Amino acid sequence: MLSFGNAQLKLLEKLCNVIAVSGDEGEVRKIVLEEVEPYADEVKVDMMGSVLAMKRGRARSGKRMRVMLDAHMDEVGFMIVADDGEGLYRFETVGGIDVRHLVGKQVLVGRERTPAVIGGKPVHLMSGDERTRKVPVDALRIDVGIAGKAKVGDRAGFATKFRRVGPSILSKSIDDRIGIATVIELFKQSLPNVDLCAAFSVQEEIGLRGAKVAAQYFNPDLAIAVDSTPAYDLPLYDGSENMSYNTKLGLGPAIYIADGSTLHDPRLVRFLRETAEDEGIPYQFRQPGGGGTDSGAIQRSLAGIPTVSVSVPHRYTHSPVSISRVDDWKNTINLLHAALKKITPALISER
Amino acid sequence: MTDILPFLKSLISVSGLSGYETPVADLIADKWRPLVDEMSLSRVGSLHGLKKGSGESPRPSVMIAAHMDAIGMRVSNIVDGFLHITNVGGIDVRVLPGAEVSVHASGSDEELPGVVVMPPARFLPESVGDGILTINYLLVDTGLLPRDISRKVRVGDLVSFANQPFELAGDVISGHSLDNRASIAALTICLEELQNKPHDWDVWAVANVQEEVTFLGAYSSAFELRPQIAIVIDGAFAKGPGSNGWQTFPLGKGVGLCMGPNMHPFMHKKLKELAERLEIPWFLDVTPDHSGTDAFAVQTTAEGIPTALVEYPLRYMHTPVEAVAVKDIQRVGRLLAEFVASLEADFVDTIVWE
Repeated sequence: MLSFGNAQLKLLEKLCNVIAVSGDEGEVRKIVLEEVEPYADEVKVDMMGSVLAMKRGRARSGKRMRVMLDAHMDEVGFMIVADDGEGLYRFETVGGIDVRHLVGKQVLVGRERTPAVIGGKPVHLMSGDERTRKVPVDALRIDVGIAGKAKVGDRAGFATKFRRVGPSILSKSIDDRIGIATVIELFKQSLPNVDLCAAFSVQEEIGLRGAKVAAQYFNPDLAIAVDSTPAYDLPLYDGSENMSYNTKLGLGPAIYIADGSTLHDPRLVRFLRETAEDEGIPYQFRQPGGGGTDSGAIQRSLAGIPTVSVSVPHRYTHSPVSISRVDDWKNTINLLHAALKKITPALISER
Repeated sequence: MTDILPFLKSLISVSGLSGYETPVADLIADKWRPLVDEMSLSRVGSLHGLKKGSGESPRPSVMIAAHMDAIGMRVSNIVDGFLHITNVGGIDVRVLPGAEVSVHASGSDEELPGVVVMPPARFLPESVGDGILTINYLLVDTGLLPRDISRKVRVGDLVSFANQPFELAGDVISGHSLDNRASIAALTICLEELQNKPHDWDVWAVANVQEEVTFLGAYSSAFELRPQIAIVIDGAFAKGPGSNGWQTFPLGKGVGLCMGPNMHPFMHKKLKELAERLEIPWFLDVTPDHSGTDAFAVQTTAEGIPTALVEYPLRYMHTPVEAVAVKDIQRVGRLLAEFVASLEADFVDTIVWE
C-alpha cells in the first residue's frame, strides 16, 4: 500500500480550489505541469490544452505495456455572455448543471476570480405558483457589484471552498480533481513494467473531447479512465429500499462494467476485481446504466483501445458542494497502483 | 465616520436564528458597551442599550429598533445520517439546494458544516417531478457517518446559512442575514455619531428578537421601554434581476423613508425635512397595508407610539446572498443620529395631525 497522508490531501485541496470550466482549464493545467514535470520523460500540452505526460518503465522493451491513465481537468461552470450594465451579467451554464442549484449562490468570475453572486427575486414579491417554479438561467444574472466589471467570455465557477469533515471531503469539483490527484500520485511511483501515459484531458464535461485526442496521440495498449461517479445512496422519501444508488460512499473504488458510452473491457474489469481481492482492497461495481466517462472516447479511438473506468464515488454531482470519503480515494489509488505493478502483456493478448 | 464594514462582516458571519439570537446578541453587546450608559436584556432576549440625553430629568426617550434575528432551518428528522429540515421564518426554498449550512448540533461542542441537498427525481413522488422541491424533501448532509450523526444531532437542532461574506465591487457587501444585521450596523453608526453630538433625549438602542416569526421583540421592548417615539430600521427591496416593480429602489442611492398606515405621518415628515436639509439622498417607500416590519408591532403598543420606518435598499432579500451598499447603511446611521440630536424637549407636543 502506498503511504497516504497530508501531502496528498493538500494537493487535492489546491486542485479543488481553482476554477477550470471546460475550455478554460489553465489553472489546473499549471498545477499539473508543476507536479508531473520532475517525474516525466516527456511532457507536452497538446493542441486541445490537455497535458500529456509520459514516463517510461525500466524493464526492457517487449516486457513493458503502454498504459494510458486519463483524468479530466475541467469542471462544470458558467460563461458570461452579455453585459446588462451596473455590474449585472447574463450567463450560460457550461456542462450539465441543474438550474435549481443556482439561486442564492456565490461564484468567482474570470482569471481575477472576482467575487460575485447569483441572486433571486425576493420571495415576498412573488405571487401564485412563482414560488414553486424553476427559475430558468435566462432570468438569472451574475452580480459583481454596482461598480463591477466582468468581460463577456469570462468563465465563472462556484465559490465553495474545499473542506475536510470527519471521514469526508466537501468540494465543488471533486469531479474530477480527485482523478487528477490520483493520476499525479500514480505518475510519481516507480512502475518498471509500464510506459505510463498520463492524459490530463480537457473538455470532458462537454463531450469527452480532450481524451479522444490524447488517446490518438498516445496510442496505448490499454487505458484506464479515472473519474468520479455519482453516489445516489440517499434514503427514499417513503422509506422503501434504494435500488438505484449507482454507487455508495465508503464501499471503495467503483469499477465500471457498462455505462451509456462504453462496455468496459471484460479482461480489465476482471483484472481489477482480482487485484482488489488479492490485495484486500475494498471495491464496488458501479451499477450498470447510463452516464459515461472519457473511457467512451478512448475505447473508440484508433483501432480500438481496451479500456476500463474506475471512479471515486461522490454525492451531489455538478452542484456547489459534492461529498466523497477519503478512504474511497485512498483505496482507489491503492487499487490502481497494485494493478499497474502487475500488469503484463498477457492481460490483453487473450480474451 | 468609522469604518463599519468589519463589524457588519462579523455580524453576518454568526448565526442567531429567530428565538436563538444569543450568538449575535453577544457580538452586538460587545460593540455597544462602550457606546451606551446602560445595557440590559429584555425578558425575551432583546438587547437594550440606553444612551442618556443631556436634557432635564425626567427626559423623553426615543427607541431606535432593529431586529437581530435571522431566518434559517431546524432539524425535523434524522434518517441514515441525513437530516430532514423545516423552516425557521420565511425561507425561500429555491435557494436551498447546494446551500452551505452549519448544523448547531446539541451533542457537539462545534457547529457541523453541511450542505442542503436535493434527492434525484426518481427518489421522490411522481407529483414532485423535477420542479422546485418543498423543504420536506430536502436533506442536509454533513459528511459524517450515521453513527456520529445519531450521537451528535437531535431533532430540533438549528441549521443556519454558513456562507462567508462576499465583498462586491462598488462598496457592496453580500451574505446571509444582512436582513437585518445591516440595520444593526446602521444603529451602531448612529450610536457612534452620538458620542460627539449633544442630544437632550434619551436614546434606547434596541436589537430585537423574533421579528421574522412573530415580532415578539418589537412588541415586548416597546412595552417595557415605553418610549415617546420610535424608529424602526429595516431593509427595502432593491432593484435587481427579477425585481423592478414599484416596491423596488436602486442600490446605493440613499435612505428609504417609509409612509403608510404603520408610520406616523408627522415622524415621516420630520425625517424627510431633515434628510433634505442635510442633503442625504432619500426615496419614498410606500406600504399600503402591513409594512412587514417591527413598525407594525411598535405602533400599537401600550397607548400607541408614534413610529417611523427608515430603510436602505437590500437586494435578493431572504436569500443567502443578500446585498447592500455600505454607503446606504452609513447614510441611515447619520440621518438617525442627526434626528436624535434635533429632538427638542417638547417635540412630542409639536406632533400635529394635518
